[in-house]
Amino acid sequence: MEAGIVATTYNLKEYLQGVIIARKHEIGLNDTPVVAQKRADAFELFCRMGFPHAALEKWRGTDLSRALNYEYQALPEQPSADIDIEKIFKCDVPHFETLLVSQLNGWYADRNNLLQVYPNGMIIGSLAAAFRKYPELVNAHYGKYADDKADGLTALNTAMSQDGIFIYIPDNVTVEQNIQTVNITDFKQNLFLNTRNLVILGENSHLRLVQCDDSINHDVTFINSVTEVKIGRNATLDHYKMQNKDDHTTLINSMFFHQDEGSSLSTNAISLNGGLIRNLSHVTMSGSHSNAEVYGLYLMDRYQHVDNQVFINHAAPECESRELFKGVLDDHASGVFNGHIKVHRDAQKTNAFQTNKNILLSDKATIDTKPFLEIYADDVKCSHGATIGQLDPEALFYIRSRGISEANAKILLMYAFAADVINKISIPELRQRMDDMVKKRLRGELSQCEQCVLNCSTHEHQKVDFKIDLSKI
Amino acid sequence: MEKDQNNILEEVTNSDYKYGFHTNIEMDTAPVGLNEDTIRFISAKKEEPEWLLEFRLNAYRHWLTLTEPGWAHIHHPPINYQDIIYYAAPKRKKELKSLDEVDPELLDTFNKLGISLEEQKKLSGVAVDAVIDSVSVKTTFTDTLAKYGVIFCSFSDAVKNHPDLVKQYMGSVVPSNDNFFAALNSAVFSDGSFCYIPKGVRCPVELSTYFRINAANTGQFERTLIVADEGAYVSYMEGCTAPMRDENQLHAAIVEIVAMKDAEVKYSTVQNWYPGNKKGEGGIYNFVTKRGICKGSYSKISWTQVETGSAITWKYPSVVLMGDNSIGEFYSVAVTNNFQQADTGTKMIHLGKNTRSTIISKGISAGQSNNSYRGLVKVIKRAENARNFSQCDSLLLGDKCGAHTYPYIKAENQSSIIEHEATTSKISDDQLFYCKQRGINSESAISLIVNGYAKEVLQHLPMEFAVEAQKLLAISLEGSVG
Repeated sequence: MEAGIVATTYNLKEYLQGVIIARKHEIGLNDTPVVAQKRADAFELFCRMGFPHAALEKWRGTDLSRALNYEYQALPEQPSADIDIEKIFKCDVPHFETLLVSQLNGWYADRNNLLQVYPNGMIIGSLAAAFRKYPELVNAHYGKYADDKADGLTALNTAMSQDGIFIYIPDNVTVEQNIQTVNITDFKQNLFLNTRNLVILGENSHLRLVQCDDSINHDVTFINSVTEVKIGRNATLDHYKMQNKDDHTTLINSMFFHQDEGSSLSTNAISLNGGLIRNLSHVTMSGSHSNAEVYGLYLMDRYQHVDNQVFINHAAPECESRELFKGVLDDHASGVFNGHIKVHRDAQKTNAFQTNKNILLSDKATIDTKPFLEIYADDVKCSHGATIGQLDPEALFYIRSRGISEANAKILLMYAFAADVINKISIPELRQRMDDMVKKRLRGELSQCEQCVLNCSTHEHQKVDFKIDLSKI
Repeated sequence: MEKDQNNILEEVTNSDYKYGFHTNIEMDTAPVGLNEDTIRFISAKKEEPEWLLEFRLNAYRHWLTLTEPGWAHIHHPPINYQDIIYYAAPKRKKELKSLDEVDPELLDTFNKLGISLEEQKKLSGVAVDAVIDSVSVKTTFTDTLAKYGVIFCSFSDAVKNHPDLVKQYMGSVVPSNDNFFAALNSAVFSDGSFCYIPKGVRCPVELSTYFRINAANTGQFERTLIVADEGAYVSYMEGCTAPMRDENQLHAAIVEIVAMKDAEVKYSTVQNWYPGNKKGEGGIYNFVTKRGICKGSYSKISWTQVETGSAITWKYPSVVLMGDNSIGEFYSVAVTNNFQQADTGTKMIHLGKNTRSTIISKGISAGQSNNSYRGLVKVIKRAENARNFSQCDSLLLGDKCGAHTYPYIKAENQSSIIEHEATTSKISDDQLFYCKQRGINSESAISLIVNGYAKEVLQHLPMEFAVEAQKLLAISLEGSVG
């Protein structure tokens, strides 16, 4: 076996290379010269690196070989212009006012209106359309933050992605609404999807962004999504990722954040279900006095696998980063956490804190955690902590001694464990919904969503509560 | 204050290696380079039995298939393994009965180090097996130990006198194909120490060996094997200093520890080999494989190390916790200065039920050095109720050094509890201010803080050793602390 190639009987890499060469013109239809060049470079990188494999340090513990063994169809067709996205998908989180931006099989769904310009100057729409209409914006940011050299899948995305969502917030604009992007897959065959998003926040702007991943049918899907986010000077981004996919889905979600001076980022990844999920949060702090909060929660069971990779790159002085990742793993589920904090030589007065806590509920579940500090500056405060354990038997006993069944006591403790991350959600409606979903998830009622992660079967007035008589506590 | 601090740091960075001197003793050396003939030469020189030569040759043939590991956070020019003399021994072979027979120059060397055999014999009751360039020249207290049935001798003597024991345990913890440097050592090891504590014996004295690398261009490849049989206890100490040399010297040792049921082994080491000068030239390359196995239930292995020397340290004293209820401990202080690079840590492999491990690692980086902690805690499915606590702290002195932590944690069952925490910081201005406010000058304050920082580890050293360890710590950070 040649190094760098995952052993498969069917060679997905060759198939994808063939597709990229054969349909080169179609893929690069809207490219600016800058984008085209990046595509060509990335294709070469992908040919050289291939798919990531377990021998790579960043991919220890996550084995893609099974996911790569399926026969996939790449480059799905554009949705037709008369498609009514509302019919396929509707989000109904109570009181959750969002500006919904939909993607269908990777394409920006509203084909009649590819780029919407709002009165405050905000632009939302298709990335491919933005290539044509706003080449100077695209050239200034596209491919600048994602690191094609670091990972074959990122390179593949740059080489092959056709469309995605483009969001531009001009300087000094505070977006009042929550923007929610929903990536829906609905395809008759096994789908291999490369979606690419670009989000640009101008100076002093403010945005709340909720990203949801959702599938309609239950075919095998491989989603390789790359999102680049530029956060301008003194801008603020609240970002949420909700993942509740079915067990046949492989979801590679790579986020690249680039922070300018004084900017502030809060990102929260909540993984409730999914066959194989890998979240990469790559945060570069290039300006001083910026602040990043990276949170994550994962609740996995059956044969699910979740991999959280966080890389905080402190390249400027006087920045602060905080990480908190918590996970509960049951059945045969496996988890990986790899937190890397790098403090550059001149990034003095950095504060960087990282915590990863895990609960294993079965002897078949495994966790592999690697909190990693790489520090070259001396005036820093950095710490990391990792724990692996189980529910506190004394706490369990205490609750049970108050007449609560063991099963309920366990749920209560797990909920309390997860609540640390849930409470970081700053949008009240979303927090309430996630709270309900986590409760349902812990009770085993939520296996996968029929539609969106936020669109579970509970309705507006039906509150989810524990079956616990609170008067007994 | 900042200026004071800078001065102090500068002094720290500029201090020279105090133990740099060189003893002139005639050497009997192997030809430069490594091939099967070299190995046969070493084996013949040491009058080894056929099986040991086979062991060496197998290791060598396996070594040829390996490449040098590149994952550690260290950088050095490629090592030319054909440009090394693999065997050097003092020429005198005569059996020595008393200290008087030892080469006076050697005794002088020990005196300079402040570890005169004579004095140690009288004052501390420590049995010293002094190894100079690979061959044991003197073993003391053998008679006392013999009374208890304790075997403590050089590795070559053990091969001659206790071949069954050596055959049974050698390579059982660190197989000859374990890694690149272990294979190299297995092929060319020259000498080392062997220690066997029989059933139920509590070794009456602390066993100690001094290693010294002495001849230019000779890599030293010792091999230590410690076996504690059922219910036995031993505290073993190893300490090193090396003379000043301009060319890099390669050092690839193996230490194997076997603890049977209810046995306890405490292994302490102070390592102060030549770290290179302040420009980063010279110094020892130290690639060591140290591993212990808690074979029986309720056994315990404890590693304590103070690492102040070597240009490059690549060392991961590990414990395989095989027996149920066994215990592994790792206490480490690693100091790097100038251009030193240390990549050190431990592995705790939990295989048995109710096994426990503790890791305390304190790194101190100064100058332009890089200091990494790299550790693995692994709990397999069968190891129910395993417990681990790890703490690795890094202290940075100066803004050109680096401190890194690479902890790997793997858990495969639900009943284990693993905790890991790490911090990286510098000596805070608050702490310094507090001390100075009470009339303690900057220099003493830094000394106080660094000593306090390392105390958690130093207190695990045997008393005689703790004194030297503190001395070395002080010398390594000369000018400010001590």
